[in-house]
Amino acid sequence: MPAPLPRQLQQFGRPRINRAPSPILATAAPWVLVMLGSLAPLLPLIASAPVVPPFGFLLLVGWQQLRPGLFPVWAGLPLGLFDDLFSGQPFGSAVLLWSVTMIALDVIEARFPWRGFWLNWLVSAGIIAAYLVIGLLLANLGGGSAPLMVLVPQLLVSVLFYPLAARLVGLFDRFRLIPLRPV
Amino acid sequence: MAPPGNRRPGYSRRAQYGTFFGYVVAVIGAGLGVLLLVVSTGNASAFAGLRATADDAVAPVGRASAATRSTTRSTFEVIAGYFTFGARTARLEKEVAEARVRLAEAQALRDENARLKALLGIMESEPRPVAVARLISSTSTSTRRYATLGAGANQGVAVGMPLRSQLGLVGRVLEVGSGTARVLLITDSESVVPVRRASDGVPAFATGNADGSLQIKLINLGLNPLKIGDALVTSGAGGLYRPNVAVAVVSRLTRDGAIARPLSDPGSTDFVAVDPLWDQAPAPDTAPPAPPR
Repeated sequence: MPAPLPRQLQQFGRPRINRAPSPILATAAPWVLVMLGSLAPLLPLIASAPVVPPFGFLLLVGWQQLRPGLFPVWAGLPLGLFDDLFSGQPFGSAVLLWSVTMIALDVIEARFPWRGFWLNWLVSAGIIAAYLVIGLLLANLGGGSAPLMVLVPQLLVSVLFYPLAARLVGLFDRFRLIPLRPV
Repeated sequence: MAPPGNRRPGYSRRAQYGTFFGYVVAVIGAGLGVLLLVVSTGNASAFAGLRATADDAVAPVGRASAATRSTTRSTFEVIAGYFTFGARTARLEKEVAEARVRLAEAQALRDENARLKALLGIMESEPRPVAVARLISSTSTSTRRYATLGAGANQGVAVGMPLRSQLGLVGRVLEVGSGTARVLLITDSESVVPVRRASDGVPAFATGNADGSLQIKLINLGLNPLKIGDALVTSGAGGLYRPNVAVAVVSRLTRDGAIARPLSDPGSTDFVAVDPLWDQAPAPDTAPPAPPR
């Protein structure tokens, strides 16, 4: 889903002949974006209920659907570890869920190689719902006792936020492939 | 479309092994997740050090964003203020007139109180807070309700210290890093605060509902004496929270208790005070062991 870049960014890296994307930027940008998403608890908002969508997870799903194979299948392990440091879930919950998500998305990619936006949205809505519900169950295992109904607002916001996350991923994808390095 | 029968990327052995080990590591990652979960659910403070280090590392961002939070809110309040200016001024003037009378009464009561306390020989004073800091982040994506406080061991914060804002109880410290501390808010479903009704001392427990409200469970069974609008304060039972700190107001009655709204919304408080530990040890009801002969 290519999003048009702002004009200043279009001028950035304009000489394109004999240039190639910087390998550091092209490799690091997806990881950095997902890790920034994991820092969502630092938003200027002290919430008294779970309301903020899991940005890190949404961006990971977005990257995996825009560019399958960009992240290695094991990317859920390091990224989940980072997310667990801040999310407040019992430690290990994101490591498990993100790893399983990466494997599941790989299976879906093999079965439906030609997907449109609506199928992507449907698939990610299912994955987000499963992620939030299992996350709640794991949090309850770790000492909480929150009812399932608590999740409803967060689930709605997350599913509606997914197109925006996919758009953001598209923007970053264009950014990371700007030809900067002379060959 | 049915998936292809094999997923070999080509004839390159190297590429084949790369794909294979990628999947192996992914499955190991999921297994490691289960292992970490077992460890961390068995012992909640198992990764406290790791989390505290990470919180310390990102604390500057959190401080900046906490400052933004109060600025943004005050901006909205200023804009809203223009629309309600006249009505508010009239109401405030009326309240000030009433408050002057109340103040004079309160002054008289305070004098009398001091005199009576002097007669009884009671020394009572509010504790000085250990630290005053902002809440810099909260776990807004999780169903657990933790927050990070912008003060830690360097400022003298220790595990178990209660936090309050000017409106009421906020939570208590769970884990301490050098410059930050992790706080269990009273709205978390694992938090239990012993409370009593402010007017007559009906004892109850306040447990978080994870959606911003508190579940009040009465200790005495039978007729539910609570009414909508009752104020609840900490009772000091159990020795974790100092007595008489405001907690919540009853907003809805249930069959065996009530749902209450916490008085101190941590989202709208700017600074919170960390109180020193209140460890009033229960008096030993057994005689000390006799000294050996």
